[in-house]
Amino acid sequence: MPNTAISVSDLSKKYDDRLAVSHINFEVPLGTVCGFVGPNGSGKTTTMRMLLGLITPTTGQGHILGEPIEYPDKYLSRVGAMIEGPAFYPALSGQENLMVLARLGGFPVERVQTLLEKVGLGERGKSKYKTYSLGMKQRLGIAAALLPDPKLLMLDEPTNGLDPEGIQEVRALLRDLANDGITVFVSSHLLSELEIISDHIVMLRKGEIVFAGPIGELMTKQQPTIIAKSLNYSDLSRIAEIAEKSGHHAAIRNDSVHILAPMDWAPILNKAAFDAGITLAQLAPQLPNLEETFFEMTGDK
Amino acid sequence: MFNVMRAELRKLRRPTLFLGTMGAVVFFSGLFSALLYLLIDSPQGNADRGRVISREVLALASGGVQGFSSVGGFLGIIALCVFAAQTAQEYTYGTLRNLLIRQPSRMKILAGKLISMIIFALAMIVLSAIISIATSVILAPTVDVSTELWFSPEGIEFLYTTFINVVISVIGFGIIGMVLGLLLRSPISAISLGVLWLLIVENLLVAVKNSTQSWLPGSQLSIIATGGNADVSYSHALATGGAYVAVGALVASILFVRRDVAN
Ligand SMILES: Nc1ncnc2c1ncn2[C@@H]1O[C@H](COP(=O)(O)OP(=O)(O)OP(=O)(O)O)[C@@H](O)[C@H]1O
Ligand SMILES: [Mg+2]
Repeated sequence: MPNTAISVSDLSKKYDDRLAVSHINFEVPLGTVCGFVGPNGSGKTTTMRMLLGLITPTTGQGHILGEPIEYPDKYLSRVGAMIEGPAFYPALSGQENLMVLARLGGFPVERVQTLLEKVGLGERGKSKYKTYSLGMKQRLGIAAALLPDPKLLMLDEPTNGLDPEGIQEVRALLRDLANDGITVFVSSHLLSELEIISDHIVMLRKGEIVFAGPIGELMTKQQPTIIAKSLNYSDLSRIAEIAEKSGHHAAIRNDSVHILAPMDWAPILNKAAFDAGITLAQLAPQLPNLEETFFEMTGDK
Repeated sequence: MFNVMRAELRKLRRPTLFLGTMGAVVFFSGLFSALLYLLIDSPQGNADRGRVISREVLALASGGVQGFSSVGGFLGIIALCVFAAQTAQEYTYGTLRNLLIRQPSRMKILAGKLISMIIFALAMIVLSAIISIATSVILAPTVDVSTELWFSPEGIEFLYTTFINVVISVIGFGIIGMVLGLLLRSPISAISLGVLWLLIVENLLVAVKNSTQSWLPGSQLSIIATGGNADVSYSHALATGGAYVAVGALVASILFVRRDVAN
């Protein structure tokens, strides 16, 4: 038994003439929570579809639980998944919907009620799916993914449409599952949503991997930032100019300048700005934060 | 495959779908058969397209299943709609991805779906046979049609062969519905295209040029249900209709097995 739940090499998918996923490589160790992060359209769903045998890769290979992705029947009985949001039959109840999938996979139907209760739908299981709120639909999708009692759980933006409390609950549920030894591969377009529970992070941008590894490694990649504000909007570009001249990358965001520089450069900037006749309204060194790093890595400069 | 079947039956058992369809079957089977007797003396005719089926014909051994075989085409249209909707909805609801995650063998999904829908169609046909024959038996004496020969050995044989023919025809229509559903991936387009073609285009073509009857797909399947007619023989209809269904099914299943599931 290999110790990777997912391993992918040179995987690509071409749609029309564009590579939606471009020659990506990454591994997800067994028993971890791996956050799969990237902005809209970066190829997260496309990657997951390839891993589940729903679409054929244009290039590359992948292995799930040690089995090649060309043979989904060898591993899917041990995989639970929800791709691109929940999808169910509106005229059937939540319970009946799960029953359909339990029958299909040959799983014990007794699990249906247990799972409905696990995701907090115990009392609404008999209502039709079309009467569910967005959050309830999302929960039903998670319950369906848990039907096979999976070794690997793949969830595509499971917290979409959930309120803060719901997001907390899903996070706690995923962490619990991981503690029981299930590998969780979960996508989101917000790193902040996953950083708390993830051991591993795979970051995607425009179909390419920008980071893949333990979350600790991501922290060390972060650069300290100084945020400067001035009373006069037109001064912002002059501040940025001063920073760039001293060799520090600077970018204007909203009403402030973000400068990649260590904390002790702040007084120097202050003096330089003063000399140039600019009054700074705020000058704050900022502790590295994952979201910032994320934008550095995935956002357009 | 057995698992796929059970899962599909769970969906087909849904009360609005099951009871709704069976209700329509009861209503139309009763109506078609009743009109055969109630309009027997009407100058507009008592059957399809103003034809007249006389007392003498109804009193033959084949008379008992006359109503049943004439409702066969209608059962075919229902089967087409149900098969098309049940297949195409997996695309529009996005549920196909769930099905394929639980059963990655796409041929098994198709086969299981087909078998369960055939079971549904059989229930429909049996019900229709019971209703239309019962209606005939009740109404025949009121218009002086003798039912004596209906239950003779020959009459029973007519019952069996008509039943088999209607089953073949209805399954053929159903598979065409499934093929349309797989190709168009939308219940509304699949059903409207199918029904429009069968009820309007084919009828117009046949009305304009009667010889088109011998090669139009829907006509072949309807002719199978009635055991052949004056213009087209049963074996010709069976061979031509069978070929249409087989080619359609082959193309659609190859496409289904190969195509990316990206919605
Ligand atoms: N069936 C398809 N046909 C053509 N292009 C597609 C198809 N599916 C996805 N794409 C394209 O591939 C790219 C990646 O899409 P994908 O859905 O994988 O992104 P994503 O990371 O899941 O985004 P989101 O966060 O919005 O869900 C997008 O540019 C999208 O337009
Ligand atoms: Mg997506």
